[in-house]
Amino acid sequence: MKTLKELKVGESGTVVKLTGAGPTKRRIMDMGVIKGARLMVRKVAPLGDPIEVNLRGYELSLRKAEAENILVDEIAAE
Amino acid sequence: MEIKIALAGNPNCGKTTLFNDLTGSTQYVGNWPGVTVEKKEGRLKGHKEVIIQDLPGIYSLSPYTMEEVVSRNYLVNEKPDAIINIIDGTNIERNLYLTTQILDLHIPTVIAVNMYDLVKKNGDRIDLKKLAGELGCPVIPISALRKEGGSELVEMAIDLAKKHQKAEAPHVLNGSVEHAIAHIEESISPFVEKNNLRWYAIKLFERDEKVIEELNLDAPLMKHLDMHIQDCEKEMDDDAESIITNQRYAYIQNVVDDTVHMKRARGNMTLSDRIDRVVTNRWFALPIFAVVMFLMYYISVSTVGTWATDWTNDKLFGEYITNAATAGLQAIGSPAWLESLIVGGLIGGVGTVLGFVPQMVLIFIFMAILEDSGYMARVAFIMDRVFRRFGLSGKSFVPILIGTGCGVPAIMATRTIENERDRRMTIMLCTYLPCGAKLTIIGIIVSTFFPGSMFIAPSMYFLGIAVIVLAGIALKKVGYFAGDPAPFVMELPAYHMPTVKGVAIHTWDRAKHFMIKAGTIIFSITVVLWFLQTFNFRLQMVDMDQSMLASIGHALHWIFVPLGFGSWKGTVAAISAFVAKEQATSTLALLGGFSETSSAGMHAIFAGAGVPSATLAAFSFLIFNLFDPPCLVAMVTAFREQGQARWGWYTVGFQFLVGFMMSFITYQMGAWLIYGVSFGIGQAAALVVIAFIVYSVVRKPSKGKADRLPDGQPAVK
Repeated sequence: MKTLKELKVGESGTVVKLTGAGPTKRRIMDMGVIKGARLMVRKVAPLGDPIEVNLRGYELSLRKAEAENILVDEIAAE
Repeated sequence: MEIKIALAGNPNCGKTTLFNDLTGSTQYVGNWPGVTVEKKEGRLKGHKEVIIQDLPGIYSLSPYTMEEVVSRNYLVNEKPDAIINIIDGTNIERNLYLTTQILDLHIPTVIAVNMYDLVKKNGDRIDLKKLAGELGCPVIPISALRKEGGSELVEMAIDLAKKHQKAEAPHVLNGSVEHAIAHIEESISPFVEKNNLRWYAIKLFERDEKVIEELNLDAPLMKHLDMHIQDCEKEMDDDAESIITNQRYAYIQNVVDDTVHMKRARGNMTLSDRIDRVVTNRWFALPIFAVVMFLMYYISVSTVGTWATDWTNDKLFGEYITNAATAGLQAIGSPAWLESLIVGGLIGGVGTVLGFVPQMVLIFIFMAILEDSGYMARVAFIMDRVFRRFGLSGKSFVPILIGTGCGVPAIMATRTIENERDRRMTIMLCTYLPCGAKLTIIGIIVSTFFPGSMFIAPSMYFLGIAVIVLAGIALKKVGYFAGDPAPFVMELPAYHMPTVKGVAIHTWDRAKHFMIKAGTIIFSITVVLWFLQTFNFRLQMVDMDQSMLASIGHALHWIFVPLGFGSWKGTVAAISAFVAKEQATSTLALLGGFSETSSAGMHAIFAGAGVPSATLAAFSFLIFNLFDPPCLVAMVTAFREQGQARWGWYTVGFQFLVGFMMSFITYQMGAWLIYGVSFGIGQAAALVVIAFIVYSVVRKPSKGKADRLPDGQPAVK
């Protein structure tokens, strides 16, 4: 198990757990990042933060600080 | 009978396009009470009895952003007769999340699957009949951009509204959660309206603070409800909010599996992906951004915009209208005071402001294109890292840049920042880079006191950047702004080709606001200023230096004595600059008898008693005018965009303090270090001010409120 922050560009994972609490967590959940959701790290911004993640057919950008609160199981490259 | 239909949907789902299509050009733009979120209302083309209400784009009905609170208050309390829920057919999964929440409201709802032409083009298939069956409400495919399906959609909505045919809430939640919700519904049924029962029950289950506050149920009942919630949480091994969200998405997944057949294999690149490969590329992103910004600035401020503004100021108002008005007034033999009021006062004053309209329209056009295309979100993505360092997010960069053209559109551009704290702070900081009007002050001071100096103008930009950075750091340590940086969770929407109509409507909306609001205020202030500078207290027409304005200058000059330009003329110039920065230039020119060949009069303005050097005083005047509150129009805009008068005063007060302190330090330290004035009270005070600034920047931050909502305080009621 890793945090989303630790996934490299191009790697995918399934969300296992969201740590953290409060409105930020709720916001992230509202955007569809919930247990079982499949994510793919699309890219890292030119200055190293934030990151861009592909899920549910759209692109979401969040900071590494927030990505750290998302625990994922890595999916081996197909 | 009037029928109200609300348009609700995610941001970027094509809501505005549909709204403009349905209402034509008869739209009315208003503000929500107390907040700065725009709500649009318009009447349906050909059906004047139908009102279409455009709600802000939202992802959820949770209470965490201003837009969400505003939308849900409208939907729950004002109950439109029907809702058109627009979903983006190419991104159906996340869009349906809001749908499941809307369906809980028991309002007749019709779902519009937008961008259906794209769905078909991609080779995807959505089984609309099945989708309608599962969601329990009609589903209609549309393409807002191509104006397809709109009339069918709106007829369906009117039909539902007339029949009061409520949406049948689908079974989103599973057994034990539904059980707990049923319990809550039963317990609270005496306290809420029947139609809102389910919505309130679910919100109570989620422990939604706003709803708990609103219903204000007694403690034993709340305790009873909490028991049910806790039981459910224990059984599901998760917190209540997560349970509901998880089940909504699980339900959606099922619906999507049943009804949507995607042709595109996962991992295939869409057009958007390919554009993004270049635009947010590690190496190209920053250069591309620099080029885009340069072009925007170059076209709307440096070249085309300046030509247009110069033409408006010098020719249109300066010659044609002035000459025509003068000739006309003389022909009818009007008194001298009337001519002075109309030509000198109104045409000069209001004309100057309207002169900036072409520049602003160009900036607004660029803004609209950048926003509509989806590039603005990428700018925030690219720049976030830099701005987070001093407490802002990537979204603050664009307003600051626009501020180099004009502070008014800069402040307006902060509307794209959804976080309230960031927006307030950006409004306070985005006018610190010299705007077009401030350039005229730099111009007159440099040409008079530093002839031939190449580096003063550019160094003012660098000083502006330094002020933004340091003030940002200092503000971030003050209670309200302190605390963890607001989260940056943002969708990067697919690129759209902006439409001419969309851009035009956007631009016109903003420019109209500016012209009406600013025009009326500038108009009245101009009359007042003209009056003050033309008459003395006995209401006789006199020369300026015997006018009421001169008396006021004499009365207030003590404010500016510590800054070095405390003569009455310097005072009047500084005060008149609050109306419009370029006003300082013309006031100085008028009072100093300035001409290209002689600058003696200008020197005289600044060479007061006890001032070691007119040059230093003039430089201090320049610093003050660059960093004090911007012109009246920008201040009015700041008040309006801050939403609360309190915040308007904070903004203006803060800016006055910054301008005053910088000018004070410049003058006092300059007098001591450069002109050999002996160290005195002024210098000691300046050292204290420097120490205060250093302390504000390096001190430990105040403790922010723990776990703050992303939009600061939920001040929306």
